[in-house]
Amino acid sequence: MNTFSKIIIPVFIIFVIFYGFSKKINIYDAFLEGAKEGLIISFNIFPSIIAMVFAINIFLDSNFIYKFLGVLSPLLNVINIPLEIMPMALLRPISGTASLAIMNDIFINFGPDSYIGRLASVLQGCTDTTIYVLALYFSSIGVKKIRYSLGVGLFADLVGITVAFLITMLFF
Amino acid sequence: MVSYIWLFLISIGIIFSFFTGNLDTINDSILTNGNKALELMLSILPIIVLWTGIMKIAEESGLLKRFAKLVEPLLSKLFPSVPKDNKALGYIASNIAANMMGLGSAATPFGLKAMSELQKINSKKNTASTAMITFLVLNTAGVTIVPTTVLALRIAHGSANPSEIILPGVIATFCSSLGGLLLDYFIRKRRNNK
Repeated sequence: MNTFSKIIIPVFIIFVIFYGFSKKINIYDAFLEGAKEGLIISFNIFPSIIAMVFAINIFLDSNFIYKFLGVLSPLLNVINIPLEIMPMALLRPISGTASLAIMNDIFINFGPDSYIGRLASVLQGCTDTTIYVLALYFSSIGVKKIRYSLGVGLFADLVGITVAFLITMLFF
Repeated sequence: MVSYIWLFLISIGIIFSFFTGNLDTINDSILTNGNKALELMLSILPIIVLWTGIMKIAEESGLLKRFAKLVEPLLSKLFPSVPKDNKALGYIASNIAANMMGLGSAATPFGLKAMSELQKINSKKNTASTAMITFLVLNTAGVTIVPTTVLALRIAHGSANPSEIILPGVIATFCSSLGGLLLDYFIRKRRNNK
């Protein structure tokens, strides 16, 4: 199982490079061009990272969520879900940057190889920001009545988040 | 939408710590979290740049296109209301392919093009078509094989085995796509029967 996780990236990279080479494109120039685009993307997301890290840290440092969700903690303990993951699970469908900022916090406090660190990693990767994507895609073509799309999208998120919890318990 | 969340997080955080006498922590938090943001940015930046570089090779060599062609037959089954030779299917395939490779930002342009193609065959222009909804379920559940930012952050925080979360992640994301598609399918079926 672990081997699959370990080999996929190196195998993928060598495959892409060889494929590009065999198609006689200039792989080095293509790489540089893509890397430049990546740099621009990174600069474009930087303001939203600043904004979200700012808001998330104020929110988490106020301890509001822990006082608020504290009532749930006996229940969460029984099913082995750490309280600190809850803000991330709740915000994941709304803002990718917000959940990224929380994951960063979890890594700082508990380390990426802790149970909660692994849980956060799986959670961040398993779904996309449903609400943001729906808003962006529908507004781009002027659709106002979105029918049952939000319900189904959030249902998929719920399934993903539940499976993320289960699978992290099973795997690690 | 994000504005509300932002307002909520900041105002709740500040007002709550005001009442609990926690103002020192909040002041510290405000003054130091710029650094946190910069560190976060610096730890994900190299991987994003590296990965978009690699994926540009995949794009220019036609590998991404070939991959998209591979999933297209499957797509026509998922989108019965879209004609088989419609451009939308190609864009949807490219969008999914880019998402799988952890290229969220490269996936968006394909996704927007797919939406505008679907809009052309939509009978009620202000209302979402069933094909659009199926596409967005597929998109937001987002099957991701290589979660680049997660990997980058795990490396930056000194994980002993950064990539160990890939397989669990693939399984979770697969289940969420499947769950979403099944629900979407049943809703469509029920509406057709009415």
